[in-house]
Amino acid sequence: MLSIKNLHVSIEDKAILKGLNLEIAAGEVHAVMGPNGSGKSTLSHVLAGREGYEITDGEVLFNGEDLLSLEPEQRARLGIFLGMQYPVELPGVNNMTFMRESLNAVRRGRGEAELDAVAFMKRVREKAKLVELDDRLLKRSVNAGFSGGEKKRNEILQMAMLEPQLAILDETDSGLDIDALRVISGGVNALRSPDRSIILITHYQRLLDYIQPDFVHVLVDGRIVRSGDKQLALELEKKGYGWIEEEAAA
Amino acid sequence: MSSQQQTVDELIRSDYEHGFVTAIESDTVPPGLNESVIRTISAKKNEPEWMLTLRLQAYQHWLTMEHPDWAHVQHPPIDFQAVSYYSAPKRKEDGPQSLDEVDPQLLDAYNKLGIPLEEQKALAGVAVDAVFDSVSVATTFRKNLADVGVIFCSMSEAVQEYPELVQKYLGTVVPYKDNFFACLNAAVFTDGTFVYIPEGVRCPMELSTYFRINEANTGQFERTLIIAEAGSHVSYLEGCTAPMRDENQLHAAVVELIVMDDAKIKYSTVQNWYPGDAEGRGGIYNFVTKRGDCRGARSHISWTQVETGSAITWKYPSCILRGDDSVGEFYSVAVTRGMQQADTGTKMIHLGRNTRSTIVSKGISAGRGQNTYRGLVRMTPRAENARNHSQCDSLLIGDRCGAHTFPYIEVRNPTAKVEHEATTSKIGDDQLFYCRQRGLSEEDAVSMIVNGFCKEVFNELPMEFAVEAQKLLNLTLEGAVG
Repeated sequence: MLSIKNLHVSIEDKAILKGLNLEIAAGEVHAVMGPNGSGKSTLSHVLAGREGYEITDGEVLFNGEDLLSLEPEQRARLGIFLGMQYPVELPGVNNMTFMRESLNAVRRGRGEAELDAVAFMKRVREKAKLVELDDRLLKRSVNAGFSGGEKKRNEILQMAMLEPQLAILDETDSGLDIDALRVISGGVNALRSPDRSIILITHYQRLLDYIQPDFVHVLVDGRIVRSGDKQLALELEKKGYGWIEEEAAA
Repeated sequence: MSSQQQTVDELIRSDYEHGFVTAIESDTVPPGLNESVIRTISAKKNEPEWMLTLRLQAYQHWLTMEHPDWAHVQHPPIDFQAVSYYSAPKRKEDGPQSLDEVDPQLLDAYNKLGIPLEEQKALAGVAVDAVFDSVSVATTFRKNLADVGVIFCSMSEAVQEYPELVQKYLGTVVPYKDNFFACLNAAVFTDGTFVYIPEGVRCPMELSTYFRINEANTGQFERTLIIAEAGSHVSYLEGCTAPMRDENQLHAAVVELIVMDDAKIKYSTVQNWYPGDAEGRGGIYNFVTKRGDCRGARSHISWTQVETGSAITWKYPSCILRGDDSVGEFYSVAVTRGMQQADTGTKMIHLGRNTRSTIVSKGISAGRGQNTYRGLVRMTPRAENARNHSQCDSLLIGDRCGAHTFPYIEVRNPTAKVEHEATTSKIGDDQLFYCRQRGLSEEDAVSMIVNGFCKEVFNELPMEFAVEAQKLLNLTLEGAVG
């Protein structure tokens, strides 16, 4: 489904990703872990098409298509979803309206009919239960005045509505208390399916107790220096990133 | 180039959609202003002596006045001798009795603007007193209104047919000595709208006037007077567009509202005059004096405006809250892009006890646009328990525009309560990226964010007008995609 080959990315002439390779097949859950500044967020932004990054080498294929030549909205319509580390507030834009416009834009992109208001409402209420999002938040402005946990729930709700093929969850666990983490992980687990792949970007092993990844990758200084299964994350938890960084440098 | 920069550049370049000229023969007075021009205007309109006297008094006073310079706008000096002060579409006889008799080109002009009279009559049930270059050429639904005693006609007609009403009220809210532009208007106004709602009558339909400037170099000096007698109610809509021209077009309208006990006037404006080209050339100069007098107890005036056009907007729809328990409201969206400059706001003068006012101002600046909110809230010594709440929000698009807020607050009664809130925000790259990541185009994202920002004001507009305003806003910010 997703194939990242020798990806080099710079921000203002500073190299951040330095030859990253990653293959993700349909239905797989991959955790990308790494210390601060290793390039985790850069990877998620580049996959989603955020401006301000210079691709200096390499390619990214999504179902065989050259992803890097597409606009962010085109990628979204192809089924790429980025759950943001810091979801943005949109004052005055009704949350429900936003989700409906978004869903219909994606559906049009997929050649599907738009959902009418009744069908949309039904679906949104159903999915909101998944992340235990309060009805009142649906009627408010997008993320405006939401708590950290509410914003993250709102992200996963959008993911549930948009039914992406590839979901990239960027530090979804940051700033969550244990209850919120449980709810959100439950939501993500419910969305696992054989034709949906997930990239979990996280700093801590904690999230992986709740969402079991098929693969764990360690990103250090712009490269994946080690890949393994769940055990690797546990090892990191115990030893920290230091030993891997040293190994990578050696 | 960043997307913000592209947004700004696209905004500056996008053309004015309503820029076309209708070839209608005009009966135009040569440019220049002197006593004889005023006598000519008055004579052409067959006005009574008192009206001419009023005009000449105003003119004499205007000669002693100076162009005001306190507004946060910049423009070259206006040559008032280069302006033509009268232009009327030629009519074969006394005027059209029905739409069939209206110049087809004129109707076509309305069609291009998407406001066909026929459809409006049928669909919206709106009576339209269409002002086209200074003189009314079509009035509809007059009979239905007459049945309940509502007078809705052009100011020229009112001077002929209801001189006692005009003489009693004209200039009582905005006297000619009020300010430079109001004074000029009093001397040379050519036409406008007159509305009279008798006691206890709820006007059965929304009244609407479409203004349109069409003659090169012709100043537009509209005069509107609305009187709501005790217990009456009326909603009035004013919408404006203008064709593209190279010369600056001067507009100095005066609107006066008079509201008696328990009466209400809701006055809504959508203004989309030509803003000028990328360098700001050729746009309309819009110097308007709008003021409402809440004379009666529990009277109510609500101003709502959506201002997207003009090179310069100088406009402060105000309320004099004279009657006890009277209410004044001002809801405004002002958009400046390209080289547009807007200095707009309101004045709430609390004279009566328990008077209340609400101000909601939303300024949007893009390109090199300059947007200024200027508002006065005055609590006089008699205004026991008067209250005001003001909210002024500014939204910036790009980094070459400006937003300014000048609130003036004067409180001379210790029981009065005044609240003022202000925010400034910017459409950020992160907001646009967020929307695009969810599948929305950048254009849709901008329009969604801007409409969200303006929602409180749009909610105050009558339904069909709100739709129009939203379309206009989207149109104005079209091309916001890099």
